[in-house]
Amino acid sequence: MNKLVKIFTIFISAITITLASISSSFAKVEGEYIVLGSAISLTGKYSSNGVHTQNGYNMAVERINNMGGVTVGGKSYKFEIIYYDDESNPKRAAQLAERLIKQDGVHYMLGPYSSGLTKAIAPVTEKYKIPMVEANGASRSLFTKGYKYLFAVLSPANQYLEVAIDLAVEKNGGKPVRIAQAFEQDAFSQDVRLGILDAAKRTGSEIIIDDKLPKELNDMAATLAKVKATKPDVLVVSGHTKGALTAIRQISEMKVDVPMLAMTHCDAAKLSKQHGKKSEYALCASQWHKNLSYKDKFFGSGKKYDKDFKKEFGYAPPYQSAESSAALLVFKDAFERANSFDRDKVRDALKTTEMQTFYGNIKFGPGGQNVAKPMILFQVRCKGDACENKVVAPTKWASDKFYHPIPKWSERS
Amino acid sequence: MDFLIFKAPMLMVQASLDGILLGILFALIAYGMALQWGVMNIINIAQGDLVILGGYIAYTMYLAGIHPAWGVIVSPIIMFFVGWALYKLVINKVVDRDLFISILATFGIAIVFQQLMNFIFGADVVVAQSEYGTTMLFDNSVTLPNSKIFSAFISVLYAIGLVIYMKKSRLGRAIRATAQNARAAKILGVDTEKVYAATFGINAALCGIAGALISITLTLHPYVGLPYTVRSFMIVIVAGLGNLPAVAVSGMGLGLFEEFADYILGTEFRIGAVFMLLVFILVYRRFKLSKKREYLK
Repeated sequence: MNKLVKIFTIFISAITITLASISSSFAKVEGEYIVLGSAISLTGKYSSNGVHTQNGYNMAVERINNMGGVTVGGKSYKFEIIYYDDESNPKRAAQLAERLIKQDGVHYMLGPYSSGLTKAIAPVTEKYKIPMVEANGASRSLFTKGYKYLFAVLSPANQYLEVAIDLAVEKNGGKPVRIAQAFEQDAFSQDVRLGILDAAKRTGSEIIIDDKLPKELNDMAATLAKVKATKPDVLVVSGHTKGALTAIRQISEMKVDVPMLAMTHCDAAKLSKQHGKKSEYALCASQWHKNLSYKDKFFGSGKKYDKDFKKEFGYAPPYQSAESSAALLVFKDAFERANSFDRDKVRDALKTTEMQTFYGNIKFGPGGQNVAKPMILFQVRCKGDACENKVVAPTKWASDKFYHPIPKWSERS
Repeated sequence: MDFLIFKAPMLMVQASLDGILLGILFALIAYGMALQWGVMNIINIAQGDLVILGGYIAYTMYLAGIHPAWGVIVSPIIMFFVGWALYKLVINKVVDRDLFISILATFGIAIVFQQLMNFIFGADVVVAQSEYGTTMLFDNSVTLPNSKIFSAFISVLYAIGLVIYMKKSRLGRAIRATAQNARAAKILGVDTEKVYAATFGINAALCGIAGALISITLTLHPYVGLPYTVRSFMIVIVAGLGNLPAVAVSGMGLGLFEEFADYILGTEFRIGAVFMLLVFILVYRRFKLSKKREYLK
């Protein structure tokens, strides 16, 4: 009798497990919902940008669902996202990607925040042939590995500050310039550095200081003393928010005079708010700015996105949110063109994406990077104590004139 | 480009001053670590996180419209009680166990502190503005931020105060007695439990001062504590325990060494050079010790 019960239990549980696995393997589309998965940094050191990313995703999901959803095979579907918190930890992110794919049966992924975490997840999505549209991994190495299921709506990291060198050369009457640069030793910043090296080669410019800042470092005094001694035409700094804040603090304290200062992560660092007038004239690379004239039918223009986002979340959208929203628009477009939920058909549709969103034009290159959208540069300009970011390059979208050269500290009030 | 520093003598002055000013600040943190290590035989991995917490206290004051420099008074007071509470909650359970247990315990504290700070203050990098301006020397070719001079001055002030306190006060003498021989001190009527709690509190207070100074000279982030722990560990290793002048000298020495390594080897080897120095010193000490041992045989 006892044995019978045992066999029966095993039988029942076997059936349950089989059913569970079957149902989950069809979970990509549940009823009227298309389920997307994302591991995102809600805690840990990337948590603030992780939340910006999530807000961007959620805003787009809501907007697309309210405006008719995604039409596939004549039927309308809605987006739904399963989130897990990756704790800003690459190992955890990779585990969660496996879990999303194997346990939750997710067949389409949205990217996490940061190049490092995207790098951790990409091999997993590639292994299971899961198309992933990511919006926050810009590192060049993501696009040179031959990944077939990875698509990024943002410009790769090496393009971040190339424009700045071109601008410096232009201001120098087309003659080569002398560049001083300091980059943190991490994948992203080193990619930005490669872009500068390319630009220097192309323009015949000379790199006179090439410092690599250790990750633990929050003191750039030595680099800046060298800059003071060698007087370059342009100083380029990239080391995430910490690098941007340290640079402005010490440049102003040490009264370092350079005609042009170009950086990354100014908006993430809230540079103009934290340092006020000290940050004036700094040039910053950005993926997006609300004043750009791109348009789409879901969010309208950048300005409208800015307004709607503020209304919903109570703060102005950083570019991390804008690009994340754009990722959903790309997915919707791909599903409708594929007119199918077959992963490979969706992937092929993604590959041939060519569209305009409020965030910019999107067209994927062979490595999955967006090749249709240029980086923009804005400059911090202040009126009294209120500072604002003004788009100054490329000229096509420039709302304001680029102020060059930066006045000397002795002339600044 | 190489050895720019030898072509421009003013850079040498700049590097030396930068190194010394920063070194003094690190020496203050290291002194707290040395004190605690000497008295309680605990290597506090959470040292750097206590520093950052102290910094956030000053930053909070800055946000409330109070000048962050007042943090050097408020922050140590709050941090003293944080340290005291930490001792009562966690450290008193590991204080007489072996070093490994206490390292694990303080490592745990470090993680909890990081997450708490991240939760309370957010994951953004923040700075507090002192608006102290700059001192320019030698026709503007050497610039010293007044905030750095201020922080070195405050560090020295507190260090001197602490030395006098340790020499003259009752608690100071009790701490020194406990450091020499805890059992004997206990027999002679010293409440070692209280001494331990006070030592941990004093260490946390020192971290609080350093943190407040860092908020106006460098940057704050919930996860940048570890480099401060590592650096103060190194200073203590070089200087030895319970020797304040040695801690001060080795702090400044490391600051100088780091700055010069930056110019000569390149910025990317700056931290690496310090670690190489540490390995060299450890090997050298071991070598010297083994020689002594042979002699004893």
